[in-house]
Amino acid sequence: MNRVVITGAGTINPLGMDVPSTFAAMREGRCGIGPLEIADVDRLSIQIGGQIKGYDEAAHFNRQQIALYDRFTQFALLAARQAIGQSGLSFSGALADQSGVVLGTSGGGLNTQDENYRAVYEAGKNRVHPFIVPKLMNNAAASHVSIEWNLRGPTFTVSTACASSNHAMGQAFNMVRCGMAKVMITGGSEAMLCFGGIKAWEGLRVMSRDACRPFSATRNGMVQGEGAGVFVFEDYEHAKARGAEILCEVAGFAMSSDASDIVMPSKQGAARAIAGAIKDAKLPMDAVGYINAHGTGTAANDKTECAAVADVFGAHADKLMISSTKSMHGHLIGGTGAVELLACIMALKDGIIAPTIGYEDQDPECALDVVPNVARDAQVDVTLSNAFAFGGLNAVLALRKH
Amino acid sequence: MSIKDQVIAIIAEQAMLEPADIGLDDTLEDLGIDSLGLVECIFAIEEAFDITVPFNANDPKTGDFDISSIAAIVTAVEKLKAEQAA
Repeated sequence: MNRVVITGAGTINPLGMDVPSTFAAMREGRCGIGPLEIADVDRLSIQIGGQIKGYDEAAHFNRQQIALYDRFTQFALLAARQAIGQSGLSFSGALADQSGVVLGTSGGGLNTQDENYRAVYEAGKNRVHPFIVPKLMNNAAASHVSIEWNLRGPTFTVSTACASSNHAMGQAFNMVRCGMAKVMITGGSEAMLCFGGIKAWEGLRVMSRDACRPFSATRNGMVQGEGAGVFVFEDYEHAKARGAEILCEVAGFAMSSDASDIVMPSKQGAARAIAGAIKDAKLPMDAVGYINAHGTGTAANDKTECAAVADVFGAHADKLMISSTKSMHGHLIGGTGAVELLACIMALKDGIIAPTIGYEDQDPECALDVVPNVARDAQVDVTLSNAFAFGGLNAVLALRKH
Repeated sequence: MSIKDQVIAIIAEQAMLEPADIGLDDTLEDLGIDSLGLVECIFAIEEAFDITVPFNANDPKTGDFDISSIAAIVTAVEKLKAEQAA
């Protein structure tokens, strides 16, 4: 079994256009959630989101590219450029054939669908642009990253709602670990902040109208966000041989299915994934210093997640830190695990734990150290990133300091 | 059909029971309606009466819309309809 390390990271999200600005925002506990600026927002009862403001697609892509790249593809490409740029890798010959892309997304090209349904149903048009299908398909982002970087090995998209990114990164990790690939570009991307994307979520009645306050007794729901996180997962020996800068090691991964309810989470399912990731990493429970929580800010998630952590860790649950950065960037759905992995990397690399902002009052059912409101300096050697999706599908990654 | 009968019909359909089997003092729990079923009932009520029900599934007990019994739901819908007419 090969060891797997991360040698590049990139992102675009409501907190920043790259990794350094995102780390700065997480250190400062800055909130990237604000009023939505989208068509027909006045017909939505939920009017806030973690939207990437001031984004100009024409600053990054030409006219022909924009005709093919939905917003979620654009985000993935921008994050991948940063990550691969940082890694210093270029792909040709055998390395190109042994390297691939696995990205998560839930909605894929949802903006493209929304705009074109609007054109044919609302505006009554009988013709759409010729590239709508390749633009909206869920694998568009993975394919365009593959095309832009000549990544000719295993490439596909994973779609498991809110766990998409973690499932994608888990696949990438295991593919490098077992020798199926030398390098995998992995993470996830989401751009669901359009009228149809929000209207569908409104129906569930789990969205907050004012803020995402995970673990706080005053929480009243989740807030959607958008963006991407992309990483370079590389065979450790390969990275070492070329003298690459190593951000951290990917130590373990586990997934589980609740096999119970399509939306209500299960403590047992979450606990099996958390314990499984630590076991897969061959680490003792008390090695875990920080968990980036799924922490959606809904009553159902937060109580269940805290109970699962308490069950898995026993007395150590009171010693570790667990925060939800969704309080700052919102819930990026299929891209969320990728952006949240950044908080785990910041903890390992910089010794700074990102806070749970918006925290007001303690909830006795969430009585863990949730790093309220202010980032904290702390040395940790192992971090976990939780993702628990609708459908009862759970995926947890374990990272270790290098 | 009165508001009461319409509300009972909606809840009966959700609970997969006959309207006659729904009592005004019953709770949703008594009728086997869980949190997802409740969200569907609220949706059906909004559609049937053309109203917007203030309801957050994160904390169903807060807010102005009382769901503690069938009678309470009927009263809450009657109030919303009266407000709409005013």
